[in-house]
Parts: sequence; C-alpha cells; structure tokens
Amino acid sequence: MSDMTYTKDMFQKVKRESYHADEIKRPTIKYWADVWRRLKMNKLAMTGLFILIIMGIMSIIGPHLSGFDYKEQDYSQVNIRPNSTYWFGTDELGRDLFSRAWLGTRYSLLIGIAAALIDFGIGVIYGGIAGISSRKVDAIMMRIAEVIYSIPYMLVVVLISVVFSTAGSGTSMFVLIFAMTITGWVPMANLVRGQVLQLREFEYSMASESLGASKGWILRKHIIPNSFGPILVNVTLTIPRAIFSEATLSFMGLGLQLPKPSLGTLANDGLAVMPIGLFYQILIPSILISLIMFSFNVLGDGLRDALDPRLRK
Amino acid sequence: MAKYILKRFALGIVTIWAVITITFILMHSVPGNPFATESRKIPPNIMENLMKKYGLDKPKSEQYIMYLKNIAKFDFGESMKSDSETVNQIIARGFPVSARLGLQSILIALIFGPALGAIAALYQNKIPDYVAMIISIIGVSVPSFVLGSFLIQFVATKVEWIPIGGWGEFRHTLLPSFALAVMPLARFSRLMRSSMLEILGQDYIKTAKSKGISKFAVIMKHAVRNAILPIISILGTTVSDLVVGSFVIEKIFGIPGLGQFFTTSVFNRDYTLIMGVTVFYALVLISAMLLVDIAYMLIDPRIRLTKEGH
Amino acid sequence: MGKLLEVKDLAVSFQTYFGEVEAVRGVSFHVDKGETVALVGESGCGKSVTANSIMQLLPMPPAFYKNGQILFEGEDIVKKSDKEMQKIRGNKISMIFQDPMTSLNPTMKIGKQIIEGILKHQKLSRHEAKKKAIEMLELVSVPQPEKRINQYPHEFSGGMRQRVMIALAMVSNPELLIADEPTTALDVTVQAQILDLMKQIQDKLGTAIILITHDLGVVADISDRVIVMYAGKIMEEGTTDEIFKNPKHPYTRKLLGSVPRLDMDRNESLHSIEGTPPDLYRPPKGCPFFDRCDKAMVICKDHMPNKEYHSDSHYSYCWLNHPMAKAADEGSEI
Repeated sequence: MSDMTYTKDMFQKVKRESYHADEIKRPTIKYWADVWRRLKMNKLAMTGLFILIIMGIMSIIGPHLSGFDYKEQDYSQVNIRPNSTYWFGTDELGRDLFSRAWLGTRYSLLIGIAAALIDFGIGVIYGGIAGISSRKVDAIMMRIAEVIYSIPYMLVVVLISVVFSTAGSGTSMFVLIFAMTITGWVPMANLVRGQVLQLREFEYSMASESLGASKGWILRKHIIPNSFGPILVNVTLTIPRAIFSEATLSFMGLGLQLPKPSLGTLANDGLAVMPIGLFYQILIPSILISLIMFSFNVLGDGLRDALDPRLRK
Repeated sequence: MAKYILKRFALGIVTIWAVITITFILMHSVPGNPFATESRKIPPNIMENLMKKYGLDKPKSEQYIMYLKNIAKFDFGESMKSDSETVNQIIARGFPVSARLGLQSILIALIFGPALGAIAALYQNKIPDYVAMIISIIGVSVPSFVLGSFLIQFVATKVEWIPIGGWGEFRHTLLPSFALAVMPLARFSRLMRSSMLEILGQDYIKTAKSKGISKFAVIMKHAVRNAILPIISILGTTVSDLVVGSFVIEKIFGIPGLGQFFTTSVFNRDYTLIMGVTVFYALVLISAMLLVDIAYMLIDPRIRLTKEGH
Repeated sequence: MGKLLEVKDLAVSFQTYFGEVEAVRGVSFHVDKGETVALVGESGCGKSVTANSIMQLLPMPPAFYKNGQILFEGEDIVKKSDKEMQKIRGNKISMIFQDPMTSLNPTMKIGKQIIEGILKHQKLSRHEAKKKAIEMLELVSVPQPEKRINQYPHEFSGGMRQRVMIALAMVSNPELLIADEPTTALDVTVQAQILDLMKQIQDKLGTAIILITHDLGVVADISDRVIVMYAGKIMEEGTTDEIFKNPKHPYTRKLLGSVPRLDMDRNESLHSIEGTPPDLYRPPKGCPFFDRCDKAMVICKDHMPNKEYHSDSHYSYCWLNHPMAKAADEGSEI
C-alpha cells in the first residue's frame, strides 16, 4: 500500500447523484423461467420427460406401425417370439403384441391422465366451495372428505368394478376411471381449500388496510403462482398412481373390457404363459409400465424440487 | 389427548359405517339376482328357499339393518357359493396367511427403508446417495406384480431351495414378502431421506454437535429419531397399500391368503363373501390407522400437546 | 491475562451454485480469559460464520476455511480433526444459539439433553450426571428443576428455554462461551434477564464470552470490548467506552444512531441505515461500506483503507483517518 501515491482528487467526497448503484449483480430470473431452468438441470427429471414424450408419441402412432391390427387373431402365428415381422412377438391367440403393447400404453396413459384431471376438477370445486363457505360448512365438508379419504381406496375400486362390469368381460374404461377418482380427489380438495383460505385472508387484510390492490392482481401475483406449483406436482404424481391402480386391477382380471388391452391385462396374459417359458409376453408390458411409472415419478419429484423456493439460492 | 383419541375413534367408526353402507348399496344395486349368473338352472322353489336363507326376500331397509346388526356381532353371514363354510370361517383361514405375509413385508420395509434413506441423506449428492435413490426410484416404479413375476422367473426357477409358489414353510414366504416389501421400502427410504435432510439442517442438531458428542450419537439420537416420525405417520396408508399388493402377490405365488379368496369371490360373484371381506379389510385398515395415530402421538410429545387443544 | 483465543486473518467461504461466497474475508481479533467481546454487525456480515468456525460447526462443504488460523490455548482449531474437536466442543468452548425455540431437540426431555453433554466430558455416573444437571438448572434459575428435568422443550417458555440452553452450555465449565444472538428471539424484558444471567455466570465461573449481536444496545452493559464487522471484514474495534463515546467509522456511527437511548429527545428520530450490504459473491475491491456511506470519497470505491490505531485498544479501517482526507475536508469547509 505504501507504494500508492495519494492525490487530492482521491479524497473528494462522492456526489451521490452522480453515483448509481452498480449493475445488478445477480441476474433476476422470472419465476417460471427459473423453475424451468432448475428443472432442466435435473437430468433425471428431464430423462423422465423425454421418455414420456416418446411414449406419448408411440402410444399414438405405435399401433399402426407394425401393419397388424391389435385384435386380429392369426392361429397360425401363435406365441411367436419377437422377430423382424412381429417386433414384440405374438400372444396365445396370434395377435401382434407390438400393436397391443402401444395401444395398452395409450389406454394406460389415458386412464391416468383422465383420472388426474377428474381428481383435479372435483378437488377444485369441492375445495373451492369449502374454502368460501362458512366455518361450519367448511368443517363439515372437510370431515366428510376425511371419512372418504380413509375408506380403503382399492376396495371401493374393486367393488365398483364388480358392480358395473358384466361378468367375464371386464370393466368399461369410464367405470374404471370413475372408480379410481372416488377417493383420489381429496388431497387436491385440501390443497385448493388451503389456497382459497389464504386468498380470503389476503382480501381481508386488503379491505382493512385498503392497500388498493385489486383482486385480480392478488390472484395473478400471489394465489395462482403459489397454488399452481403444488397442484401441478399433485397432478403429476396422481397420474402414475392411477396407472398403477388400473394395471393392478387389470392384472387381477378386473380391468378393461376385452379385447381392449391395457398394460395390466397384457401382463396378466403374460403371467399365464410364463410357466411355459414365454417370458417375453410379461416382460414387455412390465417394462413399459415401469417406464411410465418411473418417468412420472422422477418428473413429479423434479417439479417439486424445482418449485420449492427453499432450495432456491 | 384422550379427547383426541376419542375423536379419532369416532371418525373410525363413521368410516367403517360408510364402508358398510357403500358396500351394501353397491352389492344390492347389481342388476338381477345373485344366483342367476350360475350356469345351472335353479328351480323356482329352490330359488325361493335360497332367497329366504340369505334374507333377500325381505325389504332392503330391513336387510340393511340386519346386516349392520350382524356385523356388530362380527358375523358376516354365509358364503353364497361355498356350502361348507361361513364367511367368518373363510376369513379365519385366509387372514392369518395374509397377515403373516404383510407383517413380514412391513418388517423388511421398516428395517431397510429408513436405513437406506438415512444413508442417502448423510451422503447427500455422493455415490451412496445416488445408489440409494436409484434403488428407491426403481422400487416405487416397478409394480409388485412385475417384480413378483420377475422374481419367479429369475430366482425361483434358478434356485432350487426357493419354491415358485405355495405356502407353508418359511422359504415359501421369502420371495412374496420381498416382492411386497419393495414398494413400501422404497417409499420409506425416499421419505426418510428428505426428512433426514430437513432435520440435519435444524438448530438442535447444531446444539447437539456443540455439546461435543460424537457424530454417530448426533445422528442416531437426534437426527434419526426425529426423522423417522413422518414414516410412522404414513404407516397406516402403507398398510392399506400392502393389502392391495397382497391381492396381486398372492395370485402370482399361489398363496392361500384372504386376498385370493377376495379375488375369487369377485369372480364368483359371491356377494356375501365380497361384502364380508371388504368390511373386514376396512375394519383392519381403519384400526391400523387409528393405532398408528395413537402411536405417533405417544412418540412425538409436540403432537400430544397440540392435540390436547392448547 | 493471557490470550485465550486468537483469530488470525481468518477467511471462510461458501461454495454455491453461483460461485464462491466470501462470507469472512480476513478477520483478526483476540479474546482474553474471562472477558466479554461483542461481535456486532448487520445480519450477513460474517459474525455468525466467524463464531461457528471457531467451533468448526459450519457445514463443510459448502463452507471451507480459505485462510488464517484460529488459535485456542495456542492450538490451531482450523487444523483439528472432528474427533479432536469433540473434546473441545461443549467442554472448553460452548455455544448458545439465537432461537431457543428450535435449538433444543423437541422429542427429547431436557434433562437428557443436558446429561448427554455431562456424560461426554466428565467422568460421572448417570445418577451423578443427573444431579449435576439439576444443579445447573438451579444455577440458571429454572424453578423446580427436579420436575422440569423430565419435561420436553415445548413445555418451556422462550426465556426458560434459553436458560436451559445456557445450563446445557455451561455444564462442563468451559473457558469460552459463544453466544450467537442469544436474546434476539426473546421479549425485551426477558432479554435483560438473560443478559444478566450470562453476566452472573461469568462472574461465578470466569468464562470468557463472545457475544454476537446486531443490536449495539445489548452490548453496552455486558461487554468489555466491541468489534464491528461489515461485509466479512472488521471495520472498527475498541473498548466498549471507545466505541460508544468515540466511534471512528461511519458505519459504527450509523449503528449507534439506530439504537434508542434514554437521553434521546422525543423528537429525535432513530436512524435506520439505508441500503443493503454488498453481495459477497463479488465483494467490492474497496471499502465495502462505500455504497451506503455519506462520507464516501473517491478513493473508497476501489481501495481498501489501512488499519489506523486511535489508541492501544482502538483501531478502525477508514480513509477518513488519512491526513489528506482531513485536509480535504477542512479545505472544502473554507
């Protein structure tokens, strides 16, 4: 320091007007861009997203690629192992498993997404009503929801499938989805109710302090960003749960109406021929369903982490 | 606290009542008569006797009240399809098998799941963490029926000592217990990891460290003990999932448990058995949840206080 | 009195996703046996990081010692292994924390939490340790200690919990007690009681105290010396008298201006300090207080001032100490 030469200028007072705060040192990123950036950093979540996109595309075009119809039976081509003609092989009735597997993926995805959307719809309506109702009505509604939620879910699903299915031919997709959403909406309703209550608190404080913020502003700036995240995570994690339930149900023989395949019914068919050494028939739907579950789970986890402001640095 | 337990108990009763009612309504709204699906023709006079035997000739409301009364006495009636056994006898035969399977699985899950999660948290973002998390992601992604059939294909058919299916000896229980345990194990380990990470950041962990006690003591006495609480709180729903899993596992491994009887009763449209088993399961599950709730309260002194209504 | 603790040119950083955060940037000070030294500054100034690094309680990684030494009884703490630290923590150096609500394990009886430390450092039986724990609770004036020992933290009030924390910290009669914002989370009336208690215990046991606080008001009665920190550096150090009566650094003056005093005119307002401390991702080259200082000069922006002694015990880092600054100031006034 001693080699520094001091000049008089150096000791002039700094005029604050001429001085502007240094450039903003950390980039400020918009909320959703920030969420997306963090999600992109999560390799596992991105892998999941990628797999889901591929599977989504294949569930649409896959059944048409092999040139065989999913229900066309060919008794001369029974239980053929995967080869260049039958990419995933054929089943006991000589049906092409490639077409069936991707059609099964389609139904599994549809059921999962539909169940999640219905859960979401009911949850928003029920939770919303509970949130804006009087304290008493709210308490009653939440108690009812609590009772419904503690009803063992699968028992109800099985019962409903029994009642609405015609013996031996399985259940219609509609009934299946209906059965699965009977208890599934409760967490969503709780979530929405919580957010609505928060909104009311906001309104209250706004009214008493008359800060002049409009309802729309609060909704846009606080409620939607705050509640959208948890709801999105919830939906992402509901889909695999519904797919899993459908697969389990189908595996028990209570699933989709024949001859429509789902991944669960395909696995069930595969189990039947496993003892005679035809392992590929259960292997393929098993891999597909595990991939779907895996992808939704890691994507849901990734979203939750990306949305969690506590992890923001 | 007593007030809270009482409240939970009342809620449990209401839930069981709801299950009974839903079951009753659903079973009685099935179109046609329960005996009609059978292949053989039943002469009208025998049909009348059957209807009388099961009380189906009475008005629905009377049937409902009778059913409630019987359940209060733990009498689930007679199986419609099995002449020799009552529903109670079938439950008595199948439940111990299912219960053993379930208990063994949950034991496996409870021993290894939290341990795996704790290790993952302690080595956050290091190799043990990645290994543990890959295991648990696979665990929650692979349905138990997939795992079960893979185990048969790759273990049971290769290792002579391990049977493909059946029930009786300890070795019969190995694969099915494991297949059933994987999902809850994975879930416990994921939950343990995140709660452990949260707890490790708590001030009282710093206090514990500042006392100079060993790292091991800090982790075991302070971190793990608190981090395990959320796992206890999801034990109830886990038991519920295990029941569903057992339906599938019992089918794959040919285990004569209650799940098998339930599945068969569904296919046979044996309504009294379906209703009986459903209500029984509901009873078991709701009691399990109640027990877990109470246990949780005894373990966590904070809950005890808040639930007392302070 | 000999030097108990000597911190020499300590630098501690955190490795984060965005890069290195230089939380402590070359801090030197010492603590003598039995004295009380206050480390004062706004939150984020590095005082807590300094304190935690004396106990090796920072999470490593992301934190790491970048430079410097922490000599405790002549031995460098920076170089000690975790095993060696365990013999020091809770035994020779103890610490109490800001929030007594979260600093105690909620699911463990407080007796057990106190006994744990006694058993670690003293050759006592479980029974004797329990007796000792009760004694300690008596020392910190927790009523009915025999009964309270079997209770959980949530059954205690905030002030009582902080007393428990002090008991817990003092069980092995440490040479040094680090109190990290011990009164910040407490009610004002309770604050005074806790400070009083700390002073009493110090008189009784002869413990040296490092008191970390953002509130200069807390400091006045209890501390012998005051160290003012800002943006990871020491700005000024002096005896409590010197700091209160003759503050040299504009930041110290501003801190003093934000403390309410009894002799203050009703119409006199409290001054809060405008602006925020600099981001330590990219610490400024010059004086860190430059942005918020109303006496800032051209030189301050890019040149860190030298240490300037005002007495044997009082020094500060500020360009205003430079003779040319005084000249310029006088010049402008003429």
